[in-house]
Amino acid sequence: MSHQFYNAGPQETRVAPPRKPARTYPTGKPAQVYLFGTCVVDLFFPEAGMDAIHLLEREGIRVDFPQGQSCCGQPAYTSGYTEQAREVARSQLKLFDNDWPVVVTSGSCAGMFREHYADLFKDEPDTLAKVQHLAARTYELAEFLLHVCQVQLADQGAPLQVALHTSCSARREMNTHLHARALLGQLAQVERVEHDHESECCGFGGTFSVRMPDIAGAMVADKTQSLLASGAQQVVSADCGCLMNINGAFEKQNMPLLGQHLASFLWQRTQAKQEASE
Amino acid sequence: MSNQRIHTVDVTARNLKANARLSLKDQQLRNNMRSAMDALISKRIISMPDEDERENLRELGNKIRARALSELPDLLEQLEANLTQQGIQVHWASSTDEANAIVLKIAQARNAKQVIKGKSMVSEEMAMNEHLTEHGIEALESDMGEYIIQLDNEKPTHIIMPAIHKNAEQVGRLFEHRLALPYTDDVDSLIQSARGILREKFFHADIGISGVNFAVAETGTLLLVENEGNGRMSTTVPPVHIAVTGIEKVVANLQDTVPLLSLLTRSALGQGITTYVNMISAPRQPGEFDGPEEVHLVLLDNGRSQAFADSELRQTLNCIRCGACMNHCPVYTRIGGQAYGTVYPGPIGKIISPHLLGLENTPDHPSASSLCGACGEVCPVKIPIPALLRRLREENVKSPQQTGQVMDGQGSRYSSAERLLWKGWQYFNSLPWLYKIGTFFATRFAGLTPKNLGPWTQNHSAPKPAARSLHELAKAHLEKKS
Amino acid sequence: MSAREKILASLRSSLAGTTPVADPFDATLVDEPWRYAPAERVTRLKELMTAVHSEVLLTNRDEWPKLLSDLLAARNIHKLLLAPNTAHGEVFSDHCQAAQNPLQLLAYDRPIEAWKRELFDDVPASFTGTLAGIAATGTLVVQPNPAEPRLMSLVPPLHIALLNASQIHDNLYQAQQHWPTPMPSNLLLISGPSKTADIEQVLAYGAHGPKDLIVLIVEDA
Repeated sequence: MSHQFYNAGPQETRVAPPRKPARTYPTGKPAQVYLFGTCVVDLFFPEAGMDAIHLLEREGIRVDFPQGQSCCGQPAYTSGYTEQAREVARSQLKLFDNDWPVVVTSGSCAGMFREHYADLFKDEPDTLAKVQHLAARTYELAEFLLHVCQVQLADQGAPLQVALHTSCSARREMNTHLHARALLGQLAQVERVEHDHESECCGFGGTFSVRMPDIAGAMVADKTQSLLASGAQQVVSADCGCLMNINGAFEKQNMPLLGQHLASFLWQRTQAKQEASE
Repeated sequence: MSNQRIHTVDVTARNLKANARLSLKDQQLRNNMRSAMDALISKRIISMPDEDERENLRELGNKIRARALSELPDLLEQLEANLTQQGIQVHWASSTDEANAIVLKIAQARNAKQVIKGKSMVSEEMAMNEHLTEHGIEALESDMGEYIIQLDNEKPTHIIMPAIHKNAEQVGRLFEHRLALPYTDDVDSLIQSARGILREKFFHADIGISGVNFAVAETGTLLLVENEGNGRMSTTVPPVHIAVTGIEKVVANLQDTVPLLSLLTRSALGQGITTYVNMISAPRQPGEFDGPEEVHLVLLDNGRSQAFADSELRQTLNCIRCGACMNHCPVYTRIGGQAYGTVYPGPIGKIISPHLLGLENTPDHPSASSLCGACGEVCPVKIPIPALLRRLREENVKSPQQTGQVMDGQGSRYSSAERLLWKGWQYFNSLPWLYKIGTFFATRFAGLTPKNLGPWTQNHSAPKPAARSLHELAKAHLEKKS
Repeated sequence: MSAREKILASLRSSLAGTTPVADPFDATLVDEPWRYAPAERVTRLKELMTAVHSEVLLTNRDEWPKLLSDLLAARNIHKLLLAPNTAHGEVFSDHCQAAQNPLQLLAYDRPIEAWKRELFDDVPASFTGTLAGIAATGTLVVQPNPAEPRLMSLVPPLHIALLNASQIHDNLYQAQQHWPTPMPSNLLLISGPSKTADIEQVLAYGAHGPKDLIVLIVEDA
């Protein structure tokens, strides 16, 4: 869902923006980053946020967690409550004033910053400048670890087969599936197995899963079946919206699988034999 | 700009959720759709293996359509002038009622008793068959898929492959019952039976009806694509040919059809080209021995000008009706085309039907999507379908007090309760102290999370907040570090 | 206000103050990926047409008449619809006469209304020329005209087309550069026998158009 605004006048017939060139990354690790945890991580998967912090700190990076953060605004935005989404977005914009990278533990929320905030503030040129500045330094976690930190992960765990599910917006807006695959590929004892219709939506879609429970239910049933059938012993995703959806369905169907956030998975696999996160 | 149109609508369009619930239970449908969509997805990408070629062509397709829309009234006039000069009669219709009246008038002037139809989704918009039948004129479908569903008294399930939800056994049974033919599930035999029956219909028809894939303004040409030959039959054998199309199907120049054709056939069926591309620029000329004596073009609005009026929504009209969006849609694959209750199903159906029928008649269509984006990724003319779905959702929940009417049926899902909920959500997420209090209670009283959370717990166990929020854990950790 | 006036007024009001998008057409995108060495054109066209069940035979100016009569004899076809006052029609008629071929030659020399039943029921094959070919998609460009009307290449279950190799263009864009202006009343691109996959995606040939298409490519380049 890109911000498809190309021409000057409001009534002009729109032409789609051209293909974006591949993202280029700064060389060298920054000393300092912001972490945007996302609302779902905050309440339901806080360990994923903490493990993200651990992974970043292990790279010698100081992490700042602005306490004023809450939600990127996506649920209201996708539901058509644009005004409400805009005000929440405005609050987030106040928090990242320093010129540090903003690392986000969800590809869809990172995509919200990078792709959709410009749509929210298209009629406010001053705020738009701030949005563009934020968007340019927003990274999804896996992307940041791989391309900015040039992380080299050393696997400390036992052999394991893992299935990766990537959120649709993360995939399409942030290429998260590629970054996550590359990181998993660094783990010597981990074999990533494909699952049937891997690129298909899990049926979360934010409020879609609540508004259209029958359709969403069919989608998550197929996704969980497919993950189970892949033979993986572990499911991993870089997006907690999907995880909540998939895990909730796993549990409801009494399936012997649970998904874990990529950050937690990577942190646990690369920890020497000791207790995991605090 | 208020269009007070009376919307003739199949009442099931309003019941998308209920329809979907039924079709989701139909395991045969689920299986047929899944294998058909998988095949179409695969065919498309096999025919477009080079990412650069594909993406460059999509960009060009988008620009060509945008250019045409940006000059639409002028191009329509140019098209009309050229067609008229070449002997093709042009008619305009604001509504489907007007379009049906035009077709009926032509038919009655010819004393027509039998109409044979090529393939036209616009004629489905018009419910043309029903209208003609009411006036004692037989209207028979000749596209194999349309013929099959007409026999079974059904609506098409896909804009390119109308009977895709049926398998060969089901078609065999249908032919056995409705055509008194011995049962077979051999596809070749079934096709040959239909060929024989329909050949007679082409022979006797008084009028042939078709759609138009592209109407070229520069040369006054109607371009039609097909694989079966029924389109050429319908537009060549009967003495009268009536083409019906939407006002947005015009392109400026003949050369514009080159990339658009390539995008259309590859996106739709993974074909480099269809078996036939039929370019009609005039009726039978003096000295020619066949072709219709009379050729008519009916240009239908039916709500397209409403989409056109808003520059964001105008992009809906880029559509070249390839069907790729629905082929890739996880919702469409599971509920099938008929559940939408609209002529156009799938993603394109969800963004255009509110204009054709009014949002009040399609209130759930914009929400019947997880916004996964698979459709937007494959649309050959780069319609930003997810963004338009989101925009329609915004229109759908606008309050009645809101000025500036964009669409018929705007605010059809307005709910003061829901608006209040989102206002609350807004305060919760924009006031850090409120957020802190709220998450405190959520985490400390996580055990009180109800087991039944309505639609969520239909498919999921109830999610329980963690013991401590990330805010708290991060604060503690970072303070310890410093 | 008529519907026409209403529609145009609405569209114009929506576009008030806007500028038209400039013509974006880029020939390179539709031309360059689809260019072939001259020798490749025939091969590619044959390959693509054969893949969709056409029969494509390479021949030359001297041999094609006999090839055609042999083809028809092999299929037990004793009647052929052709245009005697075209160059290729005349050549074949002369050949048949000289060879005392019992093949019955019919001409589409009167309006369809005069013989529709016979055309539909009793004409097993037709023979036409072509305007050109297109290598990129394996396509024939056929321009119906008074000598070879539209239904010749549609109604008989077997259509045989004569194509000169020198008239095979690389792609549709190139082919369009040679089309007549103004456009003829009808212009056709034909890329194989008729087919459908409407039943369970299973491909079946011979839907409503010809079940068989034979292309005789005359190597004259």
